[in-house]
Amino acid sequence: MFTLSGKMRCSSIVGVKIGVLALQGDVSEHISAFSRALRATGREKGSEVIAVRKAAQLSHLDGLAIPGGESTTISRLIQKNGMHDPLISFGGGIFATCAGMVLMASCVDDPRIKPLALIDIDVKRNAFGRQRESFEADLEMADLAGPFHAIFIRAPVVTRAGPGVEVLARIDSGIVAVAQGRHMALSFHPELGDDLRMHQKFIQNLEK
Amino acid sequence: MKLEELRFGTELLKRGFASMQKGGVIMDVVNADQAVIAEESGAVAVMALERVPADIRKAGGVARMADPGIILDIIDAVSIPVMGKVRIGHLVEAQVLESLGVDMIDESEVLTPADEQFHIDKKQFTVPFVCGARDLGEALRRIHEGAAMVRTKGEAGTGNVVEAVRHMRNIMGEIRSLQGRNDQEIIDRSRDLEAPPDLLLETVRMGRLPVVNFSAGGIATPSDAALMMQLGADGVFVGSGIFLSAEPERMARAIVEAVNHFDEPSVIASVSKGLGEAMKGLDVHTLREDEVLQYRGR
Repeated sequence: MFTLSGKMRCSSIVGVKIGVLALQGDVSEHISAFSRALRATGREKGSEVIAVRKAAQLSHLDGLAIPGGESTTISRLIQKNGMHDPLISFGGGIFATCAGMVLMASCVDDPRIKPLALIDIDVKRNAFGRQRESFEADLEMADLAGPFHAIFIRAPVVTRAGPGVEVLARIDSGIVAVAQGRHMALSFHPELGDDLRMHQKFIQNLEK
Repeated sequence: MKLEELRFGTELLKRGFASMQKGGVIMDVVNADQAVIAEESGAVAVMALERVPADIRKAGGVARMADPGIILDIIDAVSIPVMGKVRIGHLVEAQVLESLGVDMIDESEVLTPADEQFHIDKKQFTVPFVCGARDLGEALRRIHEGAAMVRTKGEAGTGNVVEAVRHMRNIMGEIRSLQGRNDQEIIDRSRDLEAPPDLLLETVRMGRLPVVNFSAGGIATPSDAALMMQLGADGVFVGSGIFLSAEPERMARAIVEAVNHFDEPSVIASVSKGLGEAMKGLDVHTLREDEVLQYRGR
């Protein structure tokens, strides 16, 4: 049994409902990755993965992905579409990659972005440089057996993680993966690869 | 984590960069002030140029890569990706833009071609490329050369969306027409399209191009941008349409919102109100053949 929007539901009966914030960015890649992760763990029955463009759609969801894209653009569209406060009060878990991580932070190094402050972290954008400095690397991650092949594209890093934040991975001194409660934020893009262990971990956390 | 264990410039990183642009508007800018307006209006990237295409048409002569000084000013002014245009086949202009730190290179028919036979071998570069296409064969030839993103050519600098529509319908219609065909029939068709057969098979299997496909070349209003999205574009390039309109900042914001709400006519109506005059525009049929940019490169 787990709690969602104040109601008790049984996970084995209702399945998992995951939304992908579809304002800008690699939305279809996230939808495909979550669909594959649900199938691979035998959870597809009663589960669904949908594109979310309106605040009203949030209330039906157990989890939400905030995709990669341009954080300035997504932040602006969140404000324009009246989704800032509904996202802050969203009761489920949030899976955020790259630009999504920037939006989850308490503090961002760019005043044009209004972050949601859902994870107690400070984030620096484009921390590794421009596109020519984008890279792939094998990361050691907390709780995962074996390395995770991570794809960093003009990626941000976490420069401060608060006491309630679990650090899942680092590159040198920079934190590139964190979790707090049911939320998870990653500098890289697991949705672009075939390794779905981070997605599966996120789904398992939703059921706790 | 050792630096030598990192991999740069892979196909996945290049196509991944393009995926991050989806649902976005990429705007042509000619100086840092315009770049800042574009970024604040919600552009996902800017295309740094010396002149917008409509002014390139007016200026005549040979159109080349922009002055590196202009590109560096724009790179310093914004935090979103900065793209730059090089002449078709001009691999040194591309090397120069890569060294400046440009995030994506547009090998563009808007500039005067430098090579009438070969496009740039884009696999040799760390940064990703976008290329124009008028039909499926052309799109797949560019992807085969290493393009990480395709855009319809349309007819740049005209403010007339008709050619962008024609090219998007060509590409999407050809993909639809091949659904349900067997491999042998698809490979047979690849000879007519002059397309690499493996890429055509992959495209038909996916039901779309294997890379991100934007629209470009003639988009001048919020409705034009939404039209291209409804026809299947992953996003739009707007060239002359923003900074040659009466109120560039409002036009930029309106086009960003129209792309975001491309299937909501009431939103498009509301953002289109009182925008002032769009760029004047040109009837494509009045152009001499040597003035038609889309025929450059094939």
